[in-house]
Amino acid sequence: MPTSITSATAIARERATARAANPAPDPDPAALPAGPGSQATTDSLGELEAGLDNLQDAPAASRPAAGRILLPLGTLAALLSLWQLAAWFGSPRTDLFPGPLEVLGTAGALAADGRLAEAVATSLQRGVLGFALALAIGTPLGLLLSASTTLRRGLGPLVSGLQVLPSVAWVPAAIIWFGLTDATVFFVVLMGATPSIANGFLSGVDMVPPQYRRLGTVLGASRTQQLLRIVLPAALPGYLAGLKQGWAFSWRSLMAAEIIAVGGSIGFGLGSLLQQGRDLSQMAVVVAAILAILAVGIAVELLVFTPLERRLLHRRGLAPGAGR
Amino acid sequence: MSIAIENLSKDYGAAPVLSGITTTIVTGEFVAVLGASGCGKSTLLNVIAGLEPPSAGSVGVPAGGAAFMFQDAALLPWLTARANIELALELRGIPRNARRARAGELLELVHLADAGDKRPHELSGGMRQRASLARALGQDRPVLLMDEPFAALDAITRDLLHEELERIWRAHRRTVLFVTHNVREAVRLGQRVLLLSSRPGRIAAEWKIPGHVRTDPAAQAALTGDITQRLREEIRHHAN
Repeated sequence: MPTSITSATAIARERATARAANPAPDPDPAALPAGPGSQATTDSLGELEAGLDNLQDAPAASRPAAGRILLPLGTLAALLSLWQLAAWFGSPRTDLFPGPLEVLGTAGALAADGRLAEAVATSLQRGVLGFALALAIGTPLGLLLSASTTLRRGLGPLVSGLQVLPSVAWVPAAIIWFGLTDATVFFVVLMGATPSIANGFLSGVDMVPPQYRRLGTVLGASRTQQLLRIVLPAALPGYLAGLKQGWAFSWRSLMAAEIIAVGGSIGFGLGSLLQQGRDLSQMAVVVAAILAILAVGIAVELLVFTPLERRLLHRRGLAPGAGR
Repeated sequence: MSIAIENLSKDYGAAPVLSGITTTIVTGEFVAVLGASGCGKSTLLNVIAGLEPPSAGSVGVPAGGAAFMFQDAALLPWLTARANIELALELRGIPRNARRARAGELLELVHLADAGDKRPHELSGGMRQRASLARALGQDRPVLLMDEPFAALDAITRDLLHEELERIWRAHRRTVLFVTHNVREAVRLGQRVLLLSSRPGRIAAEWKIPGHVRTDPAAQAALTGDITQRLREEIRHHAN
């Protein structure tokens, strides 16, 4: 092994001689501000660092909040105006192509006789309950798959495949198994949302930077601590994205199930309202139901997921405009 | 309580990364490991930290183990600077009520007392590395391994952190193994400099840096020149 030890003492000795010849050398202006040790230098070091910290601390850019609200609202108003104009001047058959004012009137009537509120309440309740069930099954499933390579190799492709399968495909089977009951609706919602949630969890765990696990090992974390304190918090953004998608799949599956499975002990949901409009050839009811389904979807997104996501990402400096 | 490295080798399949490294780092010593890219500096630290097993030879580390400081601060982005430090204390088994006070002391030590409640993305690069240093000190291990911790910082900040690290090392004597590709940094900080050759990494040369050289710019510059020359010789070997 080629190991050579070169000593720097020779240089140092030379320097010492030079110092002896000139006992008070001029302080070198390039030298760093004195050696360590005394309280004074420690204080000045802290001051220096504080100065540098403040210089590097860029003020956070303020975001115009008005644009976030006004822009989509303005777009909506413009689209509605176009729609109304098209209905007035473009179509002779308002029974086939109702304008927004007519749909609004129909929605008012549906609200007045209580059908709209009942449909929204029924669907929302089922959607939330079904989603909660999917959450309770999908999360542990994702955890299991992420913990065991064998399980993941075996079940992973199946779970991914189920995510691609349209959940409407489960409706006939569910009707045969459960009849026209709420169980049919919940089953379809469950099959629609669970794979998304499990997959979201998995991809969240997959995207945890390896550095964090190394850090956990270095800090002496046990397996459980590694999972609870490092991996799960790090996987949270991916998991939340999975939940968002899971909710979208729940809501879609629910509507599909409600449109197909009508009657029996199944309550009256938004899908049922839509189907009723079709049966009675009431286009305004159909459009009102579509808009209500859309509105509920947007409301859940805006009131639940967007604030959650914004908060989560903002805290980690990942949201656009969150600072450095 | 020293680190004893005995004939250590490490390879990934066919390619040897480290070969026949033998050295002893005494308690409280500050050793800088210097080398060009691909000399296995980081692998050496990983093996000492126990993150990777050695292929041959042995590494004896004091019973308390080693704390590690990464090139990027590796602060967890969902925790504040204080909570990052508290996590290290928690994983060490410090009871909850003692953690807060200790984390406060550590923040104070690296001059971050006012920034404790900021999250990593709100801190500058230098502040992040100071928080990371505080966390490494919070692990309270006899050995501190540092993997190019200041490489990504600007020159002004790096200069400051050198002083900061030296001050803390003097006050809290740990055995430090500091990996760098910067000769000036190695001479500035180390009591001893190990030069690793590349592919495979072995100890090509070794310098002791006497205390007065560290405060003497002229001697420092001369030695830096010597070491740089030796480093370039090593790199030239790979020309053909």
